[in-house]
Amino acid sequence: MSTLEINDLHVSVKTDDGDKEILKGVTLTVKDGETHAIMGPNGSGKSTLAYSIAGHPKYDITSGTVTLDGNDVLAMTVDERARAGLFLAMQYPVEVPGVSVSNFLRTAKTAIDGEAPKLRTWVKEVNATLANLNLDATFGQRSVNEGFSGGEKKRHEIAQMELLDPGMAILDETDSGLDIDALKIVSEGVNRFRAKDAKAVLLITHYTRILRYIQPDFVHVFVDGRIADQGGPELAEELEANGYDKYVKAAVTAG
Amino acid sequence: MGLDVSSHLHPVGSFDLADHPVPTGREEVWRFTPLKRLRGLHDSAPLTGSEYDVKTEAPEGVAVGYRPVAHSDRGLSGLVPTDRISARVWQDTTRVLTVEVPAEAEVAEPVFINFTGTGVAEAASGHLLVKVGAHATATVVVRFQGSTTLAENVEVAVGDGARLTFVTLQDWSDDAVHHSTQHALVGRDASLKHVAVTFGGDVVRHDVTATYSGPGGDIEMLGLYFADAGQHIEHRLFVDHNAPKTRSHVTYKGALQGQGAHTVWIGNVLIRKEAEGIETYEENRNLVLTDGCQADSVPNLEIETGEIAGAGHASATGRFDDEQLFYLRSRGIEEKEARRLVVHGFFNDLIRRIAVPELEEQLAATVEAELSKNVLKED
Ligand SMILES: Nc1ncnc2c1ncn2[C@@H]1O[C@H](COP(=O)(O)OP(=O)(O)OP(=O)(O)O)[C@@H](O)[C@H]1O
Ligand SMILES: [Mg+2]
Repeated sequence: MSTLEINDLHVSVKTDDGDKEILKGVTLTVKDGETHAIMGPNGSGKSTLAYSIAGHPKYDITSGTVTLDGNDVLAMTVDERARAGLFLAMQYPVEVPGVSVSNFLRTAKTAIDGEAPKLRTWVKEVNATLANLNLDATFGQRSVNEGFSGGEKKRHEIAQMELLDPGMAILDETDSGLDIDALKIVSEGVNRFRAKDAKAVLLITHYTRILRYIQPDFVHVFVDGRIADQGGPELAEELEANGYDKYVKAAVTAG
Repeated sequence: MGLDVSSHLHPVGSFDLADHPVPTGREEVWRFTPLKRLRGLHDSAPLTGSEYDVKTEAPEGVAVGYRPVAHSDRGLSGLVPTDRISARVWQDTTRVLTVEVPAEAEVAEPVFINFTGTGVAEAASGHLLVKVGAHATATVVVRFQGSTTLAENVEVAVGDGARLTFVTLQDWSDDAVHHSTQHALVGRDASLKHVAVTFGGDVVRHDVTATYSGPGGDIEMLGLYFADAGQHIEHRLFVDHNAPKTRSHVTYKGALQGQGAHTVWIGNVLIRKEAEGIETYEENRNLVLTDGCQADSVPNLEIETGEIAGAGHASATGRFDDEQLFYLRSRGIEEKEARRLVVHGFFNDLIRRIAVPELEEQLAATVEAELSKNVLKED
């Protein structure tokens, strides 16, 4: 139950040759209960947008605002953002050696809720969530993301989303690297999450494939650090047919 | 007269103190050690102090007690002092604390030797011999605590086909100085798990060598250390592969915090000509938690035969991984808690591999206590 408002967001990263601007003015509102898809070619800045909203230290916000239900997200620390109800399913989840999935999930849940979950119901909930995502019970004993297959990493991200139950979830290429069965399983997870109550979802993807399973309300075309076009689900169909070429060319011409 | 040592991986020992001049600190083996803080152990401080108390807990079937040198098996492991401290201890030793596990005994409970230092003024010395008979299985845990100035020789002899877990836990007070020279001899098809856990002390320097008395032996060395401000913790390891089909696997992990915290890890492995088909891997990882720390890490592999199954080493010293912290924090976990998780995680697999249930809880608690000094400190 959250509304995310991004207004004229400019973001740069430090490189050896100075600062490089990656997001060049992004404006986007994702309301309660809405699912927005962001589609764009490699390197267009999709992950940069996701990480900037989550507060990754690598990215400098040079101007613009991001609010969640009117609260200034950019003023919050990374963990405060999560506790305010933001969740990012990462494109490349990070290994944390020696920290078990179950310990990690319990610690995160405790942090988000401000109190430890009731042990018995929690264990049941975790097991059920993992089972729904086709992850077996021993998964909880493994170290976070260590030695996980690509598909396991993505399913683990969705398990976290379901268990932590944020108001607003950003999914960064959760579909990439999944075979069709895994894609269905992950999509079902996202749909379960969306059905729970009016969640805001920002679905970042490369391919239209996942949009067959997760119906977006809006589709945005992301090229060269900006939203180049937007529309309804039909825009995804058009991208499927024609690709990003016309937008990329336009961006190049625009300089 | 000094010893003729062509490579420090072919050390030539001597029982004669005259062969061991007072180190100056420029020697390869001493260059990391703050000699001034050794309270004369390396020079000529008397080693006759008695400011300590030793309590032992021996399960059924294991004999633990002091034996006069003349009636002891001192030297059983082949230990020959290669440095002055060890030679001095050897010379002054009158009795040998002996742990004897009879052949074929299966001892589930650990033997505990609890050493409590009660003063630093007079240096003390000691000799420990752990002798495990053929095909026996045992665990021996030496726990050090309190204040001390201590130099010791430790011998570990693992009989053919036997299995020993030998743990020393250095949980010293801030003013302890502890020098330990250890030598292990691992029998045919025997296995030794050698564990060193070092948290406390002003200067702790352990020099551990291990070799094989037959083919098929297996040595696993595990170390966990946590150095605070001003502490010097040095673990020097040397596995001498002198027999075919032997295996050694070394994993040492350390964390450092506070101004002047200094750790040294030396991992020497020699694969002799006759040691065909051996396998060795050594690894040292250090996690630097604050500014002002120094972690020295020197792996060194000397190979005299090409006929080996595998040999490798890894050494890495780093700070907190920003990506790990970001990942945890993006799930609502506060920064301190995230750091805590990462450090526990860093040590967890090691603690699991030590696999002495009686120690697991204590080790996790000690890591937690160390963390509260810095990483989790309320600012
Ligand atoms: N540290 C950096 N130095 C230089 N360029 C960087 C740095 N980090 C990111 N970039 C650049 O920023 C651009 C956007 O990257 P980002 O990961 O946001 O793209 P993306 O749209 O998510 O791509 P993909 O579809 O491959 O995931 C890329 O051109 C990338 O090379
Ligand atoms: Mg990306």
